Amino acid sequence: MSNIKIRTKRQDEKTQIRMLIAHPMEHGRNRDAKTHALIPAHFIQELTVKLNKTLIITAKTGAGIAKDPFFAFMLRGGNIGDKLTVSWLDNLGNKETQVHIIK
Amino acid sequence: MTDHRRAFIKKSVALSAYAIIAPGGLLASAESKATERSDSLSTNNLQQTLKRLFKDQDIIASDQIDIQLPKIAVNGAAVPITITSTLKNIESIAILIEKNPTPLAAKFELSPDLDPFVSTRLKITESSVVMVIVESSEGFYSAREKVIVTLGGC
Repeated sequence: MSNIKIRTKRQDEKTQIRMLIAHPMEHGRNRDAKTHALIPAHFIQELTVKLNKTLIITAKTGAGIAKDPFFAFMLRGGNIGDKLTVSWLDNLGNKETQVHIIK
Repeated sequence: MTDHRRAFIKKSVALSAYAIIAPGGLLASAESKATERSDSLSTNNLQQTLKRLFKDQDIIASDQIDIQLPKIAVNGAAVPITITSTLKNIESIAILIEKNPTPLAAKFELSPDLDPFVSTRLKITESSVVMVIVESSEGFYSAREKVIVTLGGC
């Protein structure tokens, strides 16, 4: 399965949040190189980011996002010890959550 | 006799000229039809998506949205994009790629704690216009940027 890598960087009262998710992001129109069968669509539909307990980002994503998606956001504030919770849900119902503490 | 010969030459010249022009003409019309069709299809796609997403809201072109996108993307499978804006009270940022079969790549709903800043990587099937629509409390604003893709990201 996939995993989520989260990095944060605090600079001038702001915190840059970067995340890299391992996911195939198949849009369902590609064919398998050997069997020529269509590869079923498999992509992340929803991405949420929570700061401590409050929801700060909700993203609806489609297969127009590249394989192994990367996202970066800029948070106003953000203190050492704040907890970021990143979770995603894909079209096959798989989901994953990762917690990151801002250093 | 000379008359006949002249007439024959005239005719043959005319015929050959016609033969050269005709296929070119046919080809050209077929091509223009094809581009017409695909254009209308993709814009329909984009228009439909816009309609579905934003109903009949007015979307105003704005220069307060900055899209950083390579002019030429060698590999369409991963095209980096960074969007920043000086607009106030931003609620969401949507990224649409005109020529993609599914134009909407992503829509980010950002809380007021976040700066109007989003960076990600897109899949772009062919050279296209990337449209960014920013929703703020005052309304909808859009910006466009062209990208040339040399190898489609399928």
